[in-house]
Amino acid sequence: MINDFLNMNGYGSYVLSAFSFTLLSFTSLYLITKAQYKKEKQKFFSKFGALDSKRAELAKSQNTNKEILSSSQFI
Amino acid sequence: MFKFFKLDQIFLITSKAPKYVMVLFVIVLSIGLLEALIFSPEDYKQSHSVRIMYVHVPAAWISLGIFSLITILSLSGYIFKNRFFFLIAKSLAPSGFVFNIVALVTGSIWGKPTWGAWWVWDARITSMLILALFYLMYLVAWRIFEDKEYVLKITTIITILGIINVPIIKYSVDWWNTLHQPASINLLSKSTIHTSMLFPLLIMTAAFALFSLLIFLMKYNTELIKIKNKGLDRL
Repeated sequence: MINDFLNMNGYGSYVLSAFSFTLLSFTSLYLITKAQYKKEKQKFFSKFGALDSKRAELAKSQNTNKEILSSSQFI
Repeated sequence: MFKFFKLDQIFLITSKAPKYVMVLFVIVLSIGLLEALIFSPEDYKQSHSVRIMYVHVPAAWISLGIFSLITILSLSGYIFKNRFFFLIAKSLAPSGFVFNIVALVTGSIWGKPTWGAWWVWDARITSMLILALFYLMYLVAWRIFEDKEYVLKITTIITILGIINVPIIKYSVDWWNTLHQPASINLLSKSTIHTSMLFPLLIMTAAFALFSLLIFLMKYNTELIKIKNKGLDRL
């Protein structure tokens, strides 16, 4: 049964390679985008850490900065 | 009118949305793969090779849709003088480009058993290749030009020139003699595709749309953090 599925009347190599290429492209794009996001977030943390207390308070007063600093982010 | 496009409000939504979109994408993709690879019937003429349609067609549709959206957003950015339209357009482009490449490569894989060749200079394929070049130009323009005003202008020009190609892609199968068959799915008239094949096709399209939404949100958040990084520099 598995052999029939993989063979697909002789078209298995074409079908499975098309699906594999698609899923591989998706995974690559996801990982690249995630890496870019992490890099920018890391940059944000290091810049934020370098601020003195007065400036840090000022930066923290903005919602977006607060959200970036929170650990609730998924990606 | 564009209060919604304020950085703080929008980030509160976009930073939380990816995890829900990711879960939904995995569920819809799993159903789509089961339908496309196992439950859907083989074609009487193309046999199992027809299953390539379930990745090829949605990828082509979404890459065309995203390019059209990028053009509308770029033009809106100019008309309404709102830079967030450009930011949204920029964040959409990577997934649009990848879908375009997927459509070309899976089309090539499908072409071999169906037409006997990996590549032919058919009107539909050539115009899709041209679209990929426009995507590439758009992405490269954002990378190489430092001047913000200039890059907005250049990317808008690229999208305006590129959008001319979109109806050419759509109607190429009607205007010229091509190896591609005419559209099987029509919004205004009766579709010629059987529901047993239409269902998995729509499920896979939904999965691909969710994936592009996921990548868009991740990219958009990255761009917003970039803006915030610049803001910290100015403090």
